[in-house]
Amino acid sequence: MRFFKYIAIGFVMGMTLYKSEAVSWFRIYEMFHFQSFHMFGIILTAIAIGIVGEQLIKRFHLKNIKGEELYVPPKAPTYKRYIFGGIIFGLGWAMAGICPGPMFILLGAGYTVLAVFLASAMFGTFVYGLLRDKLPH
Amino acid sequence: MLELWESFRAFISHQPWPWWVGGGMIALVMFTLMFFGKEFGISANLRAMCAAEGAGRFADFFNYDWQRDGWNLMVALGAMFGGYMTAHYFGGPEGNIAHVSPATVASLRELGFNYEVGKVPLVPEFYSWESLLTLRGFIIIVGGGFLIGFGARYAGGCTSGHAISGISSLQVPSLVAVTGFFIGGLIMTYFIFPFLFQL
Repeated sequence: MRFFKYIAIGFVMGMTLYKSEAVSWFRIYEMFHFQSFHMFGIILTAIAIGIVGEQLIKRFHLKNIKGEELYVPPKAPTYKRYIFGGIIFGLGWAMAGICPGPMFILLGAGYTVLAVFLASAMFGTFVYGLLRDKLPH
Repeated sequence: MLELWESFRAFISHQPWPWWVGGGMIALVMFTLMFFGKEFGISANLRAMCAAEGAGRFADFFNYDWQRDGWNLMVALGAMFGGYMTAHYFGGPEGNIAHVSPATVASLRELGFNYEVGKVPLVPEFYSWESLLTLRGFIIIVGGGFLIGFGARYAGGCTSGHAISGISSLQVPSLVAVTGFFIGGLIMTYFIFPFLFQL
């Protein structure tokens, strides 16, 4: 039962990305051609609300349900992993037109071939785990 | 009561939801997770799923208490359920259509997609089992999956963790990662697609 709320949160996310067409390969294609504001609007709205919300959280020291101060854990202050990893992710994002959220959403929507995509994504993560010590971070 | 449900359903089914609704709902999802003491990041599930399958025997990266991320797997499960319900009960009035701009329909022709404006499907035909057996379909499904799984972990996050959650908390590393996403995406779109879609 304690997991129910997370299923509900995922449900809302799934419905939102589906209905706003962010799960569509064609929308991602359009975004990388800068031919519509739609995808940028989605991302920028989320970021704008996110920035304002997090400033308010800091200002008023809002707490989470466990009574701890709300915050997003800081990312490690290096750069290589973000640029190299980011480029690799971007290549996949544009090619497949789906990122990890839509991968689960479309799998659920009945595009069962995405089970292969998911297995391949797990394999990619696995290979990263194997090579991690050899890659520049 | 039934009438109320039907009008609610028609309201929800309208597609596309405007970008500000989409963006607002995603921010809501992020803040709800933060309120429960969690961090928004879907791709972390891939690491947990590898760990659950015993990948820890091969790489220390997977030796961690993945069961503590069980909540995140539930978010992914919920996303699948959301996809199922939306596709089956809240589909758009004209069917599963991506309402891309006429300019996009025109440039899709260069890749060999001959769609009319307003008739572009939400999900391309190459997401099918038959297409998996073609070279292009195989590259997109298997190769795309690999790049996403590898890149997301290398970069320490994907669209949700970096572009939304990371930039919202004004983290420079996330801005760098998203810049990388766009460099990679533009290389793929402009330099690799012309070859990939000749296959």
